[in-house]
Amino acid sequence: MYGKRSRFLTIMLTIGMAFFYIPMILLVVYSFNYSKLVPVWGGWSTRWYKVLFESEEVWAAVNISLKIALVNATFATILGMLAALSMVRFGKFRGRTLFGGMLVAPLVMPEVITGLSLLVMFITLKQLFGWPENRGFVTITIAHITFSMAYVAVTIQARLTGMGQSLEEAASDLGAKPFKVLTAITIPRLTPALISGWLLAFTLSLDDLVIASFVSGPGANTLPVLIFSRIRLGLRPDINALATIIILVVAVCIAVAALIMFRQQKRDLLDQKLAEQER
Amino acid sequence: MEDGLILDSAISQNGKKNKPFVQIRGLTKKFGEITAVDNIDLDIYQGELFCLLGGSGCGKSTLLRMLAGFEFPESGTISIDGIDMSQVPAYERPTNMMFQSYALFPHMTVGENIAFGLQQDKISKTEISDRVNDILKLVELEGYIKRRPQQLSGGQMQRVALARALVKKPKLLLLDEPLAALDKKLRKQTQFELANIQEQVGVTFIVVTHDQEEAMTLSSRMAVMDMGKFKQIGTPTEIYEFPESRFVADFIGSANIFEGKVINSKAGHVTVSTDVGELIVNYGQSVSEGKNIWIGIRPEKIHLSKTITKKLDGNHIKGVVEEIGYLGETSIYKVRLENGQIIDVSAPNQSRPMNQARGITWEDVVYLSWEPESAMLLNS
Repeated sequence: MYGKRSRFLTIMLTIGMAFFYIPMILLVVYSFNYSKLVPVWGGWSTRWYKVLFESEEVWAAVNISLKIALVNATFATILGMLAALSMVRFGKFRGRTLFGGMLVAPLVMPEVITGLSLLVMFITLKQLFGWPENRGFVTITIAHITFSMAYVAVTIQARLTGMGQSLEEAASDLGAKPFKVLTAITIPRLTPALISGWLLAFTLSLDDLVIASFVSGPGANTLPVLIFSRIRLGLRPDINALATIIILVVAVCIAVAALIMFRQQKRDLLDQKLAEQER
Repeated sequence: MEDGLILDSAISQNGKKNKPFVQIRGLTKKFGEITAVDNIDLDIYQGELFCLLGGSGCGKSTLLRMLAGFEFPESGTISIDGIDMSQVPAYERPTNMMFQSYALFPHMTVGENIAFGLQQDKISKTEISDRVNDILKLVELEGYIKRRPQQLSGGQMQRVALARALVKKPKLLLLDEPLAALDKKLRKQTQFELANIQEQVGVTFIVVTHDQEEAMTLSSRMAVMDMGKFKQIGTPTEIYEFPESRFVADFIGSANIFEGKVINSKAGHVTVSTDVGELIVNYGQSVSEGKNIWIGIRPEKIHLSKTITKKLDGNHIKGVVEEIGYLGETSIYKVRLENGQIIDVSAPNQSRPMNQARGITWEDVVYLSWEPESAMLLNS
């Protein structure tokens, strides 16, 4: 049944793939367009890449975006892990249901509301305490942590629940105090979830336009904010070049992740074979 | 009648009439509305291999987890070696546990798994490595120290788990279904290994199991549990041969049960009137006349023949063979009595069934008989 590929399936697959990738291919092709006007083909050229690499504004935005994403991912992972641990491992405590609900609220809250409320908060704080003086790196990072933490917490919560408690109980039974159990058993066991949570928070922060545009100031634009503000004035070929580079970076990341997963699978298979030999 | 059998044989076996090593008093644990462990008392003595036997949800695992310190009771006390454990967390108790699914740390090697407990005690590295090597020798896993748990077979994982629990030399070892994850053949072999290791190290073992055969082979004493309470505590022989209630008689092995009224009882000789006739039981206990009671008789204790073999004091019932189940070493005969009740009789196949010229077969009229000493008097 599966030996012969059905014609219908092949066609559907082709259409599906085309739907996903034709826009991106067009973008890549137009990034090599000589013409200044995006829709007019003026022959192959790499001139817009040169323009892009010489633009200080773009590099500043890339720089700030990566910095925010790194700090955000790290803090969101730590806070998200603590939140997940208290939800899953601390049993019943007062306000647990409320806490659980509030933890996932940012997932369903419209981004515009989150952004607006954060902006109002920063303005109030400035009036009351004179801090934060300028909106920029710090405010965007704080804003990103508040919403990406929710995603991380949910990821880790799922892993913690699936993991069960017997390994932790075994460690405690063998004399490990609670903190030792956390560092020697829980965190190593959570590593895959922590890594995926970190990556999720990282990409969420890099992606975000709505919240960042509320809480960013004149001094600091993130890359999405910069791209969007430029596009508003019309399509520009150098932005196509920038987008092409981003696509390339993402593709490389996915390839690396796939390679790591493939090697892990191979290792598991070897382990299984070794275990079978022992019978 | 061996009256001595009923006495505390575990204590006399060990020759120690001293105070119990583990003492449980009035222990109760509730999960919401459900009472998992219901006001139980238990004494376990030094060096025993004690089995807690019961179906799922009977509270045996909860009791074990309270001994380990993973659950805390609503009321009651547990003391181990004379020390009250009520407020002591798991990591400070002199107990170690072997978990049902072994709970080996997958991110550590066999050696690291076993050393983990010792590392918590600030023991020197050379001593840790000596003790790890010694225990690996005991469970016959030398040379596997660098393997990860995923690279081991089920039987090997089971032995690593045992080694990890034993290496800290606990006062009390708790084992939660230690053999449940192994296949049948390996399980039988491991049962004896486990009992041997217990004898070698001399640590008191408490084993939770749902497998009655496992409990019978392993334990020096056992407790049958149901709905959070103990139904009976005793040696395997006591529990099998002298169950106190219908539940225990039926849970351990199988039993044919007749209901009746006591019409005569003197000096352990009890005559009971049932709807299959008057039955005589010598159970070593007297019952008040006129009382409703149940008589149990185990399938292997019934003699099956085509003619009446009249002996004094014997119990005889007539029936018809309905079905024969051939199990290889034994056969199970299902015999329908005149009142419609079906009685199970098991008999060893000492010769091949087809060679038995005058063997018993379907629809044969047979006589069931057993000695009054073989029957059991049971409470509801």
